[in-house]
Amino acid sequence: MRLFLLRLIVVLTAILGVNYIAWRWLFSLNWDAWWIAIPLIIAETYSLIDVLLFGMTMWQARTRLAPPPPAASATADVLITTYDEPIDLVMTTAMAAKAIRFPHKTWILDDGARAEMREAAESAGIGYITRGDEWDGLPRHAKAGNVNNALSMTDGEFILILDADQIPRPEILDNTLGYFTDDKVALVQTPQVFSNVATGDPLGSQAPLFYGPIQQGKDGWNAAFFCGSNAVLRREALMMLGVLGYVDELDRSVTSSLRLASRVVRKARSHPSAAEPAVRAALDEVAAAITDARGQLARKEPFAEVTYALHQRVDRAAESIVAVDLAAMEEDLKEIYALAAPVPGATNLEYQIDLQNTVSALATKELSPFNALEAVQAVLRSIAIDRPDEAQPVMPLATISVTEDMATSMRLHGLGWKSVYHHELLADGLAPEDVGSMLTQRLRWAQGTMQVLLRENPLVQWGMTLPQRLMYFATMWTYLSGYAALVYFAAPIVFLVLGILPVDTNAFDFFVRFVPFILVNQLLFLVAGRGVPTWRGQQYSLALFPVWIKACTTAFQNVVLGTPLGFAVTPKTRQETTGRPWHLIRPQLVVMVLLLLAILIGLVRIFVNGAEPLGTGVNIFWAVFDLIILSVLFRAVSYRGYSARKGRHK
Amino acid sequence: MKFHSENVGDTIAIVRGDGRLNMVSAPALRQVITGLVDAGRSKIVVDLSGIDFMDSSGLGSLIGCLKTTRQAGGDLRIAAPTKQVVMVLQLSNLDRVLKTYDTAEDAFHDET
Repeated sequence: MRLFLLRLIVVLTAILGVNYIAWRWLFSLNWDAWWIAIPLIIAETYSLIDVLLFGMTMWQARTRLAPPPPAASATADVLITTYDEPIDLVMTTAMAAKAIRFPHKTWILDDGARAEMREAAESAGIGYITRGDEWDGLPRHAKAGNVNNALSMTDGEFILILDADQIPRPEILDNTLGYFTDDKVALVQTPQVFSNVATGDPLGSQAPLFYGPIQQGKDGWNAAFFCGSNAVLRREALMMLGVLGYVDELDRSVTSSLRLASRVVRKARSHPSAAEPAVRAALDEVAAAITDARGQLARKEPFAEVTYALHQRVDRAAESIVAVDLAAMEEDLKEIYALAAPVPGATNLEYQIDLQNTVSALATKELSPFNALEAVQAVLRSIAIDRPDEAQPVMPLATISVTEDMATSMRLHGLGWKSVYHHELLADGLAPEDVGSMLTQRLRWAQGTMQVLLRENPLVQWGMTLPQRLMYFATMWTYLSGYAALVYFAAPIVFLVLGILPVDTNAFDFFVRFVPFILVNQLLFLVAGRGVPTWRGQQYSLALFPVWIKACTTAFQNVVLGTPLGFAVTPKTRQETTGRPWHLIRPQLVVMVLLLLAILIGLVRIFVNGAEPLGTGVNIFWAVFDLIILSVLFRAVSYRGYSARKGRHK
Repeated sequence: MKFHSENVGDTIAIVRGDGRLNMVSAPALRQVITGLVDAGRSKIVVDLSGIDFMDSSGLGSLIGCLKTTRQAGGDLRIAAPTKQVVMVLQLSNLDRVLKTYDTAEDAFHDET
């Protein structure tokens, strides 16, 4: 019955929304003020699509019954990821993890490689894992790399992943492992709820709409997401991802590196010293070896064999040449090796782009033949079968994004695995306690999500069903809201200050279409949300517009131009600050001042100049509404962190 | 599961095991091969004739060992896979990477 009502509201929202937006596009655009009219109608269309995707999410929301009991033979590892969180905090989580009832092994994955952490873990009888020296100088891939490293050292059939600040309850495995009796289930995600949140949730830490109706909605389409923590994964599914990813990556890199190597050799042939018969012969041999290898690969012969033979032939040819110009050679070599070494902190992709650029640059230079061969060898070495540019050839968790979780579950779904959203609180988390940490965390999530959109657009991941693709796209779509928010703030200011109305119509025509739509839209959130508080979330989705915009631009620069993202780990302890960090919300403060001025000007127009009251009144209403939305930031900036005593008054 | 190795010539070793190459036994295979490479044998043949089941962790360990041997200037080759293993190699596309030899003795035929 509730589902029927919900679907009825979804259909009504769609009809009224399309009716309104179509009318806006076709009959009410003020072309004279196109510079505000066009952005506004695009923003409104954006919001309509957002609501329609939300409606689709809710269409067959799934409330799961309790799963069957776990298979008695199931084995599990509990992995706790940490980087620089305080030892006490990590140990609290680790001791709770150790106390989980279902038989398992507990491991602390310490990316900070702290001696005190190791001691604390070992004296409590908890496993301790840190990166080995194979990671030195290679991309570390943040949390994804940390977990991938641990996967190679553990052997449980199922993996429970916990952030250092998510304290598990003893029944967490008992209540989730049973889903895996279905062989196709790869992931069970449980909610992330925070226990250190003050009344009213000033920082908007809780996501009751997401860890509830939205995940249940996605679950209905078999598209519940992996959210990085409080989730159980099937090792076999992850390893399969890793192996398939390895083969794909190899295919791509071997093909491109051979093309590059050919170019280097061609260039070298025009060098004066290539006239020497011995040199000429060596270059011919290398060129032939590369051509052969490309032919063999085109005939689908195995990479390992082809590249092995190629390496051997190129190495033999290089040995046969005597260097002519020693000084020049050394200089070239230095350059090659310096450039071929990865930059610390660079992601794998950045490193590869860099390497490719380096070799491309070398290819355009007049390298002596010996150095050209060195360059060829460097190319082959770096993109060869053993993935020397990576510490691990097989990387189960996706590393294309700083939010490895979403990218990983998308790939799992693409391979036909199932996911489950289990709506039961099984871990108590700690949220950031100051506005700065909160902003860093939101920025990271948004950046990661946009990276996934740009690198592996879900809409063209054909392995997923259309609804699954749309469910991933829906979440990414919401992160574009920063641009829409900007327009929504600008529109009333433009009207009140300049008297320009982007909508060309009379009041009746507008309201008769707009009001029913907005009412049914709010009704949809009310019914879908089942009474969970969503207002704070709505405020933040608009009020953090600078964060969303920054995420979009930095992710774009990162993916398209290869600029590092400036990855930041969310601080888990309160940042010590003196005074209130107003500078963090400067753009929002500017908008608030502009809105206030606009309201004042509007009031003067009505009461002094006798302006038409309806249009002005409506825009003053919008401006006030915007101010109420933004006002949440005052509470956020003033927030002094959580104290348990205050929290108890809830 | 236990893996045992047999030396051939100066640089080659054949590694054999019976049973399941899965998430439980994969670390053991890696250990054996790392040990051989450290001892100077970097051309490794994994004889799969006794392996009746392999999962993705098993495949992952083969790739890991391929990296280890290549870095030491050698190579890793696989021989005589059973039906189930051939299927897993195909499903994972790993047959695009590793050639399978009919017998362990064939694998480094070109080198001896």
